[in-house]
Amino acid sequence: MSQDGWIDGPADEEFNLRLYVAGLSPKSIRAIENLRQICETHLAGRYRVEVIDLLVNPKLARGDEIIAVPTLVRTLPQPIRTIIGDLSDADRVLVGLQLRPEARPTQ
Amino acid sequence: MADMTDVDAPNGAVLNKVGLRKAPTGIGGFDELTFGGLPRGRATLVTGGAGSGKTLFGLEFLVRGARDLDEPGVLLSFEESAAELATNVSSMGFDLPELERQGLLVIDAFRVDAATLVTTGVFDLDGLFIRLGMAVESVGAKRVVLDTMEVLFTALGNESIIRGELNRLLRWLKDRDLTVVITGERGRAGGLTRYGIEEYVSDCVVVLDHRISDELATRRLRIAKYRGSVHGTNEYPFLITDRGLVVLPLTSIGLTSAASTERVPTGVARLDHMLDGGLYRDSTVLVSGDAGTGKTSLAASMADAACGRGERVLFVSYAESPAQLLRNMGSIGLKLQRWVDAGLLRLWAVRPTAYGLEEHVVQLHRLLDENTPSLTVLDSTAGLSRVGMSSAVRATVARQIDMLKARGVTAVLTALTDDGQSESTAMEVTSLVDTWLLLRNTERNGERNRLLYVIKSRGTAHSNQVREFALTDRGAELLDVYVGPAGVLTGSARMAQLADERAAATARAAHADRRGSALARRTAQVEQQITALREELAADRFDLDQYVEQDIATDVGRDADRAAMAAHRWADPAATIDRAKA
Repeated sequence: MSQDGWIDGPADEEFNLRLYVAGLSPKSIRAIENLRQICETHLAGRYRVEVIDLLVNPKLARGDEIIAVPTLVRTLPQPIRTIIGDLSDADRVLVGLQLRPEARPTQ
Repeated sequence: MADMTDVDAPNGAVLNKVGLRKAPTGIGGFDELTFGGLPRGRATLVTGGAGSGKTLFGLEFLVRGARDLDEPGVLLSFEESAAELATNVSSMGFDLPELERQGLLVIDAFRVDAATLVTTGVFDLDGLFIRLGMAVESVGAKRVVLDTMEVLFTALGNESIIRGELNRLLRWLKDRDLTVVITGERGRAGGLTRYGIEEYVSDCVVVLDHRISDELATRRLRIAKYRGSVHGTNEYPFLITDRGLVVLPLTSIGLTSAASTERVPTGVARLDHMLDGGLYRDSTVLVSGDAGTGKTSLAASMADAACGRGERVLFVSYAESPAQLLRNMGSIGLKLQRWVDAGLLRLWAVRPTAYGLEEHVVQLHRLLDENTPSLTVLDSTAGLSRVGMSSAVRATVARQIDMLKARGVTAVLTALTDDGQSESTAMEVTSLVDTWLLLRNTERNGERNRLLYVIKSRGTAHSNQVREFALTDRGAELLDVYVGPAGVLTGSARMAQLADERAAATARAAHADRRGSALARRTAQVEQQITALREELAADRFDLDQYVEQDIATDVGRDADRAAMAAHRWADPAATIDRAKA
């Protein structure tokens, strides 16, 4: 990882992502769609996404400390990063995935 | 939202009938204060600054519910991990892992790390709802604690979403009839919480405070709001003890305790007599006096006497170490060591300044539990006045007295009197005590002597006499003072006076003796004289008798002669006969 976080690892690094949702609500569908677009644009060919519906598998909520939904968890590359929300702001998602430096410090 | 019991009513008791159900917390003193506990099926906000004990409040509410009241619980912790929580409360005898194993408790800790987290767009807290739902279902929970949800405001940023979700969560909990404790961090600008969550939790608000005044930390609890229920409105001191929280209401105990009519001797026989048989079993005795008037010795005498009857005694010394005390009391013949060895006497010495006032109360609480004494000495409560403001000290002593009285323990307090104000003490606790013994020094003829007064003794006919209080090598003793024309005399003046009187009496006796023997001598003399006179008299009488006999004989002779002569002269015979008769 570079000092300023401009490029997160080599360009061919694999991204393992998990998206937690609760049922197929409009929020969930929006998040899935937003994620698909961001991945296709920035991580084409080097990402894997697993969508977990907590209404189907509630026990999985405990593993990744899920409070809010939708929550996107980057399990690879390390370290784990968490992005909460429907991913409607692509720039924020890229910051969260450390594909882009932060414009301002996170709260 | 309309709610049957959310009506303001003048009388909480009436509402309770209507159906304000309560869930006992099991926290010492709190359920008394709230007349039953927290509102059942509703949420209570417990708010306070960092380290004020709010997490502990929530945990104790859960643990007591799970362990003692058959009400399993769920803790959602947003600040500490389950392991951290378990460690924090293990010292209070709360075994969280064991309760989890028994299926009585679920601890779900959320790590919300703002550093590895960004938010983008809208979200909801369904993850939390799902986890909470699972946890509640798995143990059949009746109680839920959320500690501290406000963390989410900081971590997730989007305040309006979290507010909405919090509101939804509270409704969700209410629908499931769960009794909830939500902890909150005290706001900086005087608000009850940082993010104003008191707006959502409107049934009951408990404010905890950890305040430092006069360099002393005191914990206080206040029930800021309890909809539809009567509750104590004051700030109540509370303690974190090794058995959990203890709220100490100043006013709710003490005056309701039963009164004993049993008398216990004080160990100073004449003092018992002055008090009409001794102290009441559950009474409080204040022994006040200047420095060196024998307060500790008198208290120790009472302790010694109680141990002698086979009773247990707790002696709390704020002035001397146990070794010092044993030695010093040994010098007046009180062999306390044997009672310590016999397990009857517990000596506990602590510097007043070693702890805050609260801690002193906690300690007494614990010591009373450990030793179950029938008599307790606090020597000297004046020491405590070095710890805090006099009002706080007074309140502390009052709490100690209440605690002792509630347990039916005879309490002996010693107190230093104010300079020059021998009938008031530094703490003004005299109205709280039942019997007040005042020891006073008198200085006369270059020596100091101790006097003992019974200033008051409730419910007891007590002597109005001043007694001299003497510490001998056989313990404390009371002596009569000398009250005479020269005033009250004590000590060697009294002894001198008594010696004078003895000498005078001896002199009087000797004088009487002398006069007695003089009289005896004189009596003997007189009797001799009487005897002599009698003898004289007897001799005289003898002489007289002799003479009379001769005389009669002479007369008879003469009569005969005369008769012969008369017959010879033919005289009248009558005159002769009369003469013979005479």
